[in-house]
Amino acid sequence: MLHNKSFVKKTKGGKVMKQVREHYLRDDIYCGTPSCTVCDSSGARLSDSASTILVVDTNVVLNQIDLLENSAIDDVVVLSIVLEEVKNKNMSVYNRLRAICSNSNRKFFVFSNEYHRDTYVKEMSGETKNDRNDRAIRVAAQWYQKHLGGAVKVLLVTNDKENKRKASEEGICAETVESYVKSLDRPDLLDLLVRPSSEDAEMEDVEDHRPSKRKVIYSEHKPMSEITSGLHRGIYHQGKLRVNRYNPFEAYVGSESIGDEIIIYGRSNMNRAFDGDIVAVELLPEDQWQGEKSLSIVGEEDEDEDEDVHLAPNSADDAPRTTPQQGSTGVTNAGSSRPSGRIVGIIKRNWHSYCGSLEPMPMPGGSRGVAYALFVSKDRRFPKIRIQTRQLENLLDKRIMVSVDSWDRQSRYPSGHYVRTIGEIGDRDTESEVVLIENDINSRPFSAQVLACLPPLPWSVSSEDLSIPFRQDLRHLRVFSVDPPGCKDIDDALHCYALPNGNFEVGVHIADVTNFVFPGTPLDDEASQRGTSVYLVERRIDMLPKPLTEDVCSLRSDVERLAFSVIWEMTPEADIISTRYTKSVIKSAAALSYVEAQARMDDSRLMDPVTTDLRNMNSLAKKMRLRRIERGALTLASAEVKFQIDTETHDPLDIGMYQIREANQMVEEFMLAANVSVAQQILKSFPLCSLLRRHPTPTKEMLEPLLRVSAAIGLNLDVSSSKALADSLDLAVGGDPYFNKLIRILATRCMSQAVYFCSGDLSPPEYHHYGLATPLYTHFTSPIRRYADVIVHRLLAASIGISKLPSVFQDRLQLTSIADNLNYRHRNAQMAGRASVELHTLIYFRKRPTDTEARIVKIRSNGFFVFVPKYGIEGPVYLTTRAEKGSGEWYVDEQEQKIKKMDGSLSYSILQTVQIHMEVVEPQPNRPKLQLTLI
Amino acid sequence: MEYVSPEGLRLDGRRPMEMRQIRAEIGAVSKADGSAVFEMGNTKVIAAVYGPREVQNRSQQLSDQALVRCEYSMANFSTGDRMRKPKGDRRSIEISLVIRQTMEECILTHLMPRSQIDIYVQVLQADGGTRSACINAATLALADAGIPMRDLVTSCSAGYLNSTPLLDLNYVEDSAGGPDITVGILPKLDKVTLLQMDSKLPIDILENVMQLATEGCKAIANYIREILLENTKELEYRRGS
Repeated sequence: MLHNKSFVKKTKGGKVMKQVREHYLRDDIYCGTPSCTVCDSSGARLSDSASTILVVDTNVVLNQIDLLENSAIDDVVVLSIVLEEVKNKNMSVYNRLRAICSNSNRKFFVFSNEYHRDTYVKEMSGETKNDRNDRAIRVAAQWYQKHLGGAVKVLLVTNDKENKRKASEEGICAETVESYVKSLDRPDLLDLLVRPSSEDAEMEDVEDHRPSKRKVIYSEHKPMSEITSGLHRGIYHQGKLRVNRYNPFEAYVGSESIGDEIIIYGRSNMNRAFDGDIVAVELLPEDQWQGEKSLSIVGEEDEDEDEDVHLAPNSADDAPRTTPQQGSTGVTNAGSSRPSGRIVGIIKRNWHSYCGSLEPMPMPGGSRGVAYALFVSKDRRFPKIRIQTRQLENLLDKRIMVSVDSWDRQSRYPSGHYVRTIGEIGDRDTESEVVLIENDINSRPFSAQVLACLPPLPWSVSSEDLSIPFRQDLRHLRVFSVDPPGCKDIDDALHCYALPNGNFEVGVHIADVTNFVFPGTPLDDEASQRGTSVYLVERRIDMLPKPLTEDVCSLRSDVERLAFSVIWEMTPEADIISTRYTKSVIKSAAALSYVEAQARMDDSRLMDPVTTDLRNMNSLAKKMRLRRIERGALTLASAEVKFQIDTETHDPLDIGMYQIREANQMVEEFMLAANVSVAQQILKSFPLCSLLRRHPTPTKEMLEPLLRVSAAIGLNLDVSSSKALADSLDLAVGGDPYFNKLIRILATRCMSQAVYFCSGDLSPPEYHHYGLATPLYTHFTSPIRRYADVIVHRLLAASIGISKLPSVFQDRLQLTSIADNLNYRHRNAQMAGRASVELHTLIYFRKRPTDTEARIVKIRSNGFFVFVPKYGIEGPVYLTTRAEKGSGEWYVDEQEQKIKKMDGSLSYSILQTVQIHMEVVEPQPNRPKLQLTLI
Repeated sequence: MEYVSPEGLRLDGRRPMEMRQIRAEIGAVSKADGSAVFEMGNTKVIAAVYGPREVQNRSQQLSDQALVRCEYSMANFSTGDRMRKPKGDRRSIEISLVIRQTMEECILTHLMPRSQIDIYVQVLQADGGTRSACINAATLALADAGIPMRDLVTSCSAGYLNSTPLLDLNYVEDSAGGPDITVGILPKLDKVTLLQMDSKLPIDILENVMQLATEGCKAIANYIREILLENTKELEYRRGS
């Protein structure tokens, strides 16, 4: 049956046009119940014996998605009109709903009511779109009831009063979510319910719990029409809000329209916006532009917020953001302050679920009653969230997840609802889980579909693999691998032979992951989503299933494995004469650890072939490294720490700095060379769709903190180029051995991180990798643990003509989105790794209060930040207590980066060594933190 | 954007392998020697054929075969916004050429030397797939005019969106910017006379999509044959024999 839809639409140019679309109504859309005699039940999803089938309204989906995700709710019919409405209103809820619908364990059925002959409804004159859609839902519910007859009850779940009333009039069973959930008799589900907004009359009693009853705290958000016209006229600016990780009262909006970041101070100026929201900002008058207010370490509002001890940041992206500080005692200098603004409206919310715990509170009298509690997110960027719960006693000492529902003008905090419990606070597994959730890392086991893509196990190289013409047999070569001790996912191996003409043949062999992971398979999709393996202190979350990472792909010793090899001919001066790429079969002769390899090289008595190869390679690597440094590659330093974990309790036994040996540098050098060679090769073949990695040159502003520090201690750093910086870093040798490393750590912190990108998106000069001082770079050498390398393997295979280029590469947009996802996952994996180290540091010091040496790295008005080299952590040391904050006993000398006592008796300057005491304290129950005090 | 829902329905309610509703009518322009209206969903095209007749411009006359000319145009009201379209813009010249070459291939031009055949096609309503619709209309009009042909030429388009081959793209799907293949075939001879593609597509998928378009062409050919048969029967009936 054919039917034409016609509607009017406003075009971009502002013209109003009539659009006519065909709309085919069908009779082959089935109801999805397996017992139905009329319909084809092959695609049925609902359960056989369901006594009730739920038809959900759009508002239920939008507000109660957490409830729908709970497996207690099943046999749900999702109408296509509901899906469409949800899609228009909230894309993330739509994606979640789609995920439930496609999950084969859940009994959710999508009924395309809009295309069904009997359930399509035509808009009546004078009827609004919304009313029409509500009617469509009712018609579909009615159809279901008639279609299934009396055996099954069809229940329309709606929170729209009008819809419910009309449904009852038309003889459809309808209930609100609340009454439906109550009828299930599951109190835990009730917590998942979103409370109706506080304007609702029946919830009035809730307000009594609030101290600020009916007081308007925030200014109103402007209506969308006003925001649009304001943006158009240039009085408002649009951008994504980013809250300072270290000070939740300070946020930034990167605005394209003024080409600068707008700073937003304080919760009232932030006006209920969350981190990640797209907001409209109005600039404050220039005389209200504040200079740097966050001179002190502590947040300025009346909440208990203070700095925790953190791992030392590794790059500018993780470091707390500081703008140049003015004046010594808060004299603001209007000329150099940055634009400040306030938020007038929120264009797009970025609400999701947050991990944290409830603020400790006394138990209310009635134990079974409803209690209101404040939830404190673990991530300090988010405000506290008010939730309602019936199981307060269970939740108080738990880590829980909470999602935000609304934030009205009268409440200081947003209101939300409980989603699920993760575990007990302080428990290592719980806290690790929190780390994973906070960083959006999927640690679920691999699904059956993914595991079905694995090759049959036990796997070994077959004659088929050998007979493929492009796969070269390199089993006769003496290949070996050098990795950290205990490494199971060995993805690289090396060989080095002296050629008769005096040159060397050097080969880098990388696990041939793409021989097992084919594009478009569930395995590939999963890997592409995960993006990278995540290394926590006590566990590893793999990107690929374990049989692949630890066995089939891992280049273990004495077994034949498939590899993708890069083979160079090099002169003894380490100049590359020729490069060859081939898929191969290798048999590793030895899997060495860095320590072993180093010991072999150092032991002059050993003359066995592997050791000779190692020495040859090391001398080549040294030359390559020297050349790279001459080109201006930076030797950056980070304070990586290493734990010794008790094998039984998994508690940390010892921490120390990660030691870097020559053998590490040797392997690194060849990996870098392989990556560079591969980058050149793939870019030559696919100039528009290669996946490369770049490291942007830091701007002057980014290096500002480093320059201020170096000026204060009388060190002259030249930052005009990476070469100049590298040279002046080499010259920066202070009185003690750690000085140079400290300066390097500070320098590293000023730089942004390297990112993946699609070569078609940028122009060739932008491909530059600043840190490595190479015009091209990519990742090729770790396909077992990074998805970027898998992509690069496919590109390389296509460029040497042994396989076809998968279709993803035809679509630049898709490739860009893959690169973005990889960057996101990569960053999250790093954050998770750091958070895990922080967690274990805390566990370690819980039983071991320690006195140690620390270096001052940042001066604040009431104290300073110290860096503890031995443990790689950084944290605040207060000179004044909170009570006497700002009493003026201390003042900061900005020029010399010193904090002095007023009477001049005592002063601390930057990079000075101080003795500190480290101890875990619990200012509040269940909230341990590491405290540093001066001794 | 999602052009095919996980339930397997397209934006207009069709399934990927389904064509839009087609309708054809012969004899829409009584002055012409042959004419037809052809509709594919909301795309509506009218074609009129004049000839074989004397060549108007003597210098173009061919001594061994007939001269085939084709003019394609879009009515001002054919799209949503009513605007004056300049004649002979790049797009219409291209489509005119495509239609002419396709039709020339099936007309037995060597039977009619020193004569001229004019094909005029005009789009009355455009909703994607106008090229195919024009070719189908022209075939019907040529048949109506009684011009000797090797076979009918029919055409259909197919595309590839959301990793699914789609038959007979409408305007919304057409403007998605994905690959879009127009195929013209001689159904009885099983030969391809027209193959055009926008954007790019891996070769193995191209084969699938092209196969789908060819199936579409065959379905259209069956329908056209039915219409012609019906028309002939009616003519027969009118003659009263």
